[in-house]
Order: sequence, then structure tokens, then C-alpha cells
Amino acid sequence: MKAKVHVMFKEGVLDPQGKAVSHALAALGFKGVNEVRQGKYIELDLDEKNPDKARQSAEAMCKQLLANTVIETYAIEITE
Amino acid sequence: MKAAVIVFPGSNCDRDIQVAIEQSTGQPCAMIWHKETTLPRLDLIVVPGGFSYGDYLRSGAMAAHSPIMRAVKAEADKGVAVLGICNGFQVLTEAHLLPGVLMKNRDLRFICRDVDLRVEATDTVFTRRYRKGQVVRFPIAHNDGNYFADPVTIKTLEDEGRVAFRYCDANGNVTEAANPNGSLNNIAGILNARRNVLGMMPHPERLADMLLGGIDGRPMFDGLVEALAA
Repeated sequence: MKAKVHVMFKEGVLDPQGKAVSHALAALGFKGVNEVRQGKYIELDLDEKNPDKARQSAEAMCKQLLANTVIETYAIEITE
Repeated sequence: MKAAVIVFPGSNCDRDIQVAIEQSTGQPCAMIWHKETTLPRLDLIVVPGGFSYGDYLRSGAMAAHSPIMRAVKAEADKGVAVLGICNGFQVLTEAHLLPGVLMKNRDLRFICRDVDLRVEATDTVFTRRYRKGQVVRFPIAHNDGNYFADPVTIKTLEDEGRVAFRYCDANGNVTEAANPNGSLNNIAGILNARRNVLGMMPHPERLADMLLGGIDGRPMFDGLVEALAA
């Protein structure tokens, strides 16, 4: 299975990189961009064939290393 | 005092801190590679500054899970003094030896300059040679020094007097203008509940010899020797 992991700052945590990108987009003339939040995207290629077990395993990886849950949230998508 | 410095791939302040410690102890300070799994009997363990593992994923995240950190955690739990400076502070938060996290600096810039700090806690082996409220000048050199924690954690740190250093102006006033990186409550260094683990972004080891332009960092190492010399 493949696990696609998105790691993002939690709501309310200041994201200065997202802000800087937002300002740069405005400077380029892009209008109507209300907010930019920047995160990380991580792909895991797993031996596991069972989707539930693959998710459990990815979840444990997120908690222990891939995300810092003090400031970040994660979302896992399991695919073939 | 038996001291050791943990060395990760990418550590770059490990020799500076070794020199500063040896200057105060007059004894050799061991260097311990991150792949080791055990530690000798020590009075002080230092997690040094640098860019361990190239700051991959998050500053300190990889180093926090290296083999030696399990041993460091076990020693800290026994009460051995652990000092994390700069990247070392980041490693200690990622290893959950200290609460919170060091985020990217508010202005997204690497900051390398001397800053004024107010000493807030002096009842520790690290800060006993300073006076409460004393203003000291240490260098900072970091990209991710913006201390953040949830409101409950911040309140606990404040209520328990676990903020060891705060960014301030030359007169000791803790102001937003004197906050270089956006840290909550101008926090520059914090202690664990047992007060045997200190993490700080500024570098005391870089001003521990007159040749370096100042000795404000020296009382930290002299104090440690005084407190921990067997």
C-alpha cells in the first residue's frame, strides 16, 4: 500500500512562510487569495497489504516522527 | 565534574562547548557519537548547537530519535544535568525532554548577533552563579528559535518559574522590540519540572573567554562545576 501524508500547521499556529507566499502572490498581481498555508507532503511505500493496518502504521509514524503534534496536524490517505 | 557532549552528524558547536567546559573543569570533556547506545557515569550531558541531520523534516527531529538519545533520556530521568543549546534545545523538545517547539523565526530570517537576556531563574545548577534579573549578553545564531507552546504549557512554565532566560533590552526590559524571533513571552530558555534539564537558544559557550569578546557565558560553566563537582 501507499500512504500519502499531509502535514499542516494547526489552526491558530502562525505560518510565516504561508504569509510570505501570500504576499508574493499579491505582488505578482494575483487577486482574491484570502490565505496561504504551507505544509509538507510525504509519500510512504509500505509492504503492508491491508489498508487498515497500513493506516495504523502510518498513523504511528506521524505521531512519533513525521509530525510534531504540538503545532502540526496530519492527514493520511491510503492508496493501492 | 564529568561532562560529555553528544555529537550528531551536522553538530558544529560541539568543540566550542567542549573548550568552554574544559576551561571551567580542568578535566577532559568526552565527545560521544550519536550511534552509541550507552553513556558512562556523567554529571553533565550537553546536546550542542549545529544543524543535526541538516535540519531535515524539522530542526532536531532526526537527532531526537538517534540511539544515544534514549540513554540521554534515561540519565535525565535519573536527575543528571542535561544542557541543550540552540539545535540542542530543538533536539530536547523533539525528544520530549522539554515541552513546546522551536518554530521558524517570526521574520523568516537566520539571525546571528548578540542579544541581551534577563536571567529569570537562579535556583538551578546552570544559573546559580547569576543574579536574578541580571542582564547578560550571549550570541544567538538560528533560523528556528521562535518558542511556541500551547497556553496551558506556557502558564505552567511561568507559574513554576521554569523560564530560565528571556530576551530583553540592555536595561532588562522585556519588550516586543527586544524579541528577536517571535518567541512567546520572549522565552529564550526553559527548564523541565525537575530543573535538571535546560534548553536555550543563545550560546553561552561563545562568550566564555575574553578572546571571544566577553565572558558572560562563563558563570554557567563555573556554576555547573561548583554544583556538580564530585
